[in-house]
Amino acid sequence: MEDEVNHRTKWFVLSLALALILVGSACQKKVAPPPPPPPPPPPQPTATISVSPESILKGQSATLTWSSQNANDINIDGIGKVDAQGSQSVTPGASATYHLVAKGPGGSADATARLTVTVPPPPPPPPPPAQVNDDDLFAQNVKDVFFDYDKYDIRADGQGAIQANASFMQAHPNVKITIEGHCDERGSTEYNLALGDNRANAAKSALVSAGVSADRIKTISYGKEKPVCTESTETCWQQNRRAHFVYGQR
Amino acid sequence: MMKRLPLSIALLFLTLTSLPLAAQDWIKTGTGLGVEKIRIAAPDFRGSVEAQTIQYDKTFNDVLWSDLEQAGIFDMVSKSFYPLGQFAQPADIKPEAWSVEPPNASMVAFGNIALDAGNVSVQGWLYDVKNPQNAQVLAKQYRETASADNVRVIAHRFANEIIFRLGGGVNGITDTHIYFVRHAAGAKEIWKMDYDGYGQKAITKFGSISLSPRVTPDGSRIAFASMYGGGWNILMYSTDLNRSLTFPKFGGTNLSPAWSSDGMHLAFSSSRAGFPNIYVSDQNGNGLRQLTNGKGPDVSPVWNPKTNAQIAFVSGRTGLPQIYVMDADGTNPQRLTDDGYAVSPSWSPNGQFLTFAWIRHYGPGAPGAQDIYIMDVASRQWVQLTHDSGRNDFPSWSPDGRHVVYQSNKNGSDQIWTMLADGNQQHPLTTSGVNSQPNWGAK
Repeated sequence: MEDEVNHRTKWFVLSLALALILVGSACQKKVAPPPPPPPPPPPQPTATISVSPESILKGQSATLTWSSQNANDINIDGIGKVDAQGSQSVTPGASATYHLVAKGPGGSADATARLTVTVPPPPPPPPPPAQVNDDDLFAQNVKDVFFDYDKYDIRADGQGAIQANASFMQAHPNVKITIEGHCDERGSTEYNLALGDNRANAAKSALVSAGVSADRIKTISYGKEKPVCTESTETCWQQNRRAHFVYGQR
Repeated sequence: MMKRLPLSIALLFLTLTSLPLAAQDWIKTGTGLGVEKIRIAAPDFRGSVEAQTIQYDKTFNDVLWSDLEQAGIFDMVSKSFYPLGQFAQPADIKPEAWSVEPPNASMVAFGNIALDAGNVSVQGWLYDVKNPQNAQVLAKQYRETASADNVRVIAHRFANEIIFRLGGGVNGITDTHIYFVRHAAGAKEIWKMDYDGYGQKAITKFGSISLSPRVTPDGSRIAFASMYGGGWNILMYSTDLNRSLTFPKFGGTNLSPAWSSDGMHLAFSSSRAGFPNIYVSDQNGNGLRQLTNGKGPDVSPVWNPKTNAQIAFVSGRTGLPQIYVMDADGTNPQRLTDDGYAVSPSWSPNGQFLTFAWIRHYGPGAPGAQDIYIMDVASRQWVQLTHDSGRNDFPSWSPDGRHVVYQSNKNGSDQIWTMLADGNQQHPLTTSGVNSQPNWGAK
């Protein structure tokens, strides 16, 4: 078998050649030229940002100023991409922090500036509308009207009270009242109720003549049923002969 | 030797110095009080000897005596003059023992009272002892469930029979009632009592101010003015049903209701049109008509109960209040009082007289009490009935025209008083609480 032996030899030589090539290459590596030295690292970016003034009242403006170096991508939160340096007016509605990020080949840097916005005190409320919620205010300003014996016409001193009461009613247009007619103890029950009615209505008419709308006034007579005093003296009797003004309508 | 003045002359002297004689005369005749009073004896009704009737005996006898004494037509013969004995049956009465002095009675009312099976029975007679042949005037029997109240009712009934028979056919007042105002705890309520002050009880309990009660002639309803419910309105109360009835609210101040004597119409004061004026409506408050205009104040109307064709009222149109009378349609107003302060008219059942309260002398320095007066409407003559210091007001005629109930503070506080229409026999009906504005009902 001569052929078989030739094949075997051929393959042996080929494999040996291959191995030699491989080894040869390796050997060649050991002898590659040295790599070039790495380039120097790019400089680190720097960034600064400030705001002036640092505290404003809401509605006012401040100026944001920044600068950066060695950066090619500069962003301020809430504003966006900006130049490497610059300034800008800002008018935030509330306190804000301005965060600048500067990126460059050398890395990134950031800086922040804080702007404080204070809300001014609220303006003083407008004066309240002219409305009486207070019985005392009414009682201080609105006066009873007094009458002569067996009379229901308004005396001179009563006219003054009517005018003052009308002014109060006009200054407080939401006020409604009741006028009570009273008499002193000396008369008869039934007649005094009717006379008290005349007194209340006379006071009402006088107020209406002075410009107060009639639908703001109710009247009621108490005759001599509800005296403010019980002595049998002219002083007490005069106190009872009155049109008494009461806040509200029941 | 000085001759004694005859009694009649002496009386004449007396009356001339105090009152116009003519005025006093027609008051007496107008009220039936001037006729010579009948001398009547009323010995105690005897019961059985059992203890349980004794309490009823006393009640019966007290009430009978009081009814006859207050009737205004009798001269009561004092029990101390009576013959000795028990007078339970007609056989017990010897007319000749009664018709002579000392009793000198014309009439004797007697009888007996007994309890049986939870009932009280009364037998009563009225004898004309000056007429022995035909002595019996009345013979009556009564029987009710035994109670103190029923004993009173029987006594009132028997007294009424006597008064009717001897008083010229005019019904007595013994079973009538008086409506009035009781003041308590800051409120004023409508109350009711028997004509003699017994059995006072509340009708309203509103806790408000209710005034001027006026009962209908048939006694079924009471009209009054009240603040209950807001403002002054005429309210209506049913005594039959014991509750309020609906009645219109007219607006304004509504006061002093007054019934016509047929119960068909109501007069009152209302300021619904701006000033207190007199109005009339039907009994349900419909058909409202305004009778007076002007500023008033007009108040306290009252009908002439005999004709219902006139209305008297109070008006302050000239200043101090005066009594006026007008036709029932509002025409022909006439002023009746000339001066002073006159209020609270009440018209007598026979249509002849007004009684009212008057301060005749008025003004500073002129002392004047407020007294009850009677005026003859036709002649305008008047008589003064009370003469006290203090304040008398709201007189109201009795249905028999012989009595006037009124309000007086002569004992320190306002109370209801009663008197004969000639001013005699004044006495209080209420003594506790404060009471005012009486109205004498026919029922």
